[in-house]
Amino acid sequence: MAERTVKLMQGNEACVDGAITAGMRFYAGYPITPSTEIAELSAAKLPRIGGKFLQMEDEIASISAIIGASLTGHKSMTATSGPGFSLKQEGIGYAVISEVPCVIVDVQRGGPSTGLPTSPAQGDIMQARWGTHGDHSIIVLYPSTVREIYDTTIRAFNLAEKYRTPVILLMDEVIAHMREKIEIPNDDEIKIYNRKKPEVNSSEYLPYKVKEGDIVPEMASFGEGYRFHVTGLVHSETGLPTNDHKIAEELTTRLVNKIEDNVDDIVEYEEYRLEDADEVIVAYGATARSAKSAINALREEGIKVGMFKPITIWPMAQKQIEDIAKKVKRISVIEMNMGQYFLEVDRIAGKFTKVDRYGRVNGELITPEEIVSFIKEG
Amino acid sequence: MRRQELRLSGSGGQGLILAGIILAEAALHDGKNVVQSQSYGPEARGGASKAEVIISDDIINYPKVNKCDMLLSLTQKACDKYIDSLKPGGVLILDNTVTEHPNRDDIKIYSIPILETAEDTLNKPMVANIIALGSIYQLTKVVSKESLEKAVLSRVPRGTEELNKKALGEGFKLIKNHKDSSYGEVC
Repeated sequence: MAERTVKLMQGNEACVDGAITAGMRFYAGYPITPSTEIAELSAAKLPRIGGKFLQMEDEIASISAIIGASLTGHKSMTATSGPGFSLKQEGIGYAVISEVPCVIVDVQRGGPSTGLPTSPAQGDIMQARWGTHGDHSIIVLYPSTVREIYDTTIRAFNLAEKYRTPVILLMDEVIAHMREKIEIPNDDEIKIYNRKKPEVNSSEYLPYKVKEGDIVPEMASFGEGYRFHVTGLVHSETGLPTNDHKIAEELTTRLVNKIEDNVDDIVEYEEYRLEDADEVIVAYGATARSAKSAINALREEGIKVGMFKPITIWPMAQKQIEDIAKKVKRISVIEMNMGQYFLEVDRIAGKFTKVDRYGRVNGELITPEEIVSFIKEG
Repeated sequence: MRRQELRLSGSGGQGLILAGIILAEAALHDGKNVVQSQSYGPEARGGASKAEVIISDDIINYPKVNKCDMLLSLTQKACDKYIDSLKPGGVLILDNTVTEHPNRDDIKIYSIPILETAEDTLNKPMVANIIALGSIYQLTKVVSKESLEKAVLSRVPRGTEELNKKALGEGFKLIKNHKDSSYGEVC
């Protein structure tokens, strides 16, 4: 195996490099701290490889642009933060119903509104899940190291292509702005998934018909001779709008189930010192790093704590959390918000064990010392 | 090597974030694990600025500097703000324009003319950060000299290599010539 490149890399840079490796050839965005480097680096790197970068007039235009670009067959991404993420919600819903693969990065900052522009927060957990209206499912990934940002960005594109859905990459300011050692995987270690194109010719093509055995409809690209209609309205297999109640029921159900029926494929997580743990921390992103330091310190004192770190935060790792809950005396959800993931973990684990939370919303990363004393308080 | 935490503080425009990146890259060349982060105000110049570097043989989980082993402060404001974060037994490098020294007897203080050397000896105020790196190396040996030189030369603009090498050398000298340099290595 060829030797991997070792570099000092910033989180936001790893996101751009991962995206380009995954096949991103179009980026549209409106810069906002702490995500701005993603736009800057996309602007610098995409033109050199035949890609396109557009700075749009605002966030709504940005997400609209990436949806359009994806429909022409180009893997597309946009990045933003808190208030910009709010603005993109309408477009995210459009991508959900029209089944257009795309990646939306939200490097979170303190909120609501313009909030704390340069400080970390994990307050968009629920906005990522339910920010756009209507019944839908969504895939949300949450990395906690620079290397994980690289890998997870690639995975975000792969899942977007495979399930024809917008995928949200939630990031923490802490990791987005810090630099750390990263070993870049070689090409032969990376799997790239591309959307399935239609096998039938244009006259027989039904843009929203799912073939027997497939998860999603085959996707033609505009500009390749296939004429089809794309809409945010409920549509039939033809892509044309309809008010038919039966079709509406079928479509919404299919859009939700294509994700919920494939949770095992979509869910990714890390288990840390769980084998003999009688007490478990659930943490994600930067907070999971603090939790690891805390766990190592607690273990030195003989306290058997482990961690379950979801990397896919939506859909949830229901089965895994349930299994852990049956074995341990307590689960503590540690997050930089006022309990957004806690309530969901409690919904799953609360029947089997005690579920507690520790959180903070002052714009500072939770420290290992705080976690140690929280766990010790019992 | 146990976890070493270094904090470089001053005002925006002094190149401290670049200095932090260079130090981190030098540690990377040495085969260490490293995390570098920064904070700054909304201003491009003049606001408070700090860069942090954590170097360790072990995996670095918690990525922030809490109590640091070494603090560099190029301004009075930065010194006042961060002095409490320096560990007992830690090293404080102050530019000699910082005149009010902290009232702590559990740390080693080095007051050296970093900004003046950049301005008067090298006629380039912008190399103060590289001089500071030279002094940090000479005092802490937290990275190897070869790696530091390599990291500096790969990050500075083309055509300024000689100037920056000279700046590093001036940084070494500021500590070597310091009357109290017997304290020596802290790592």
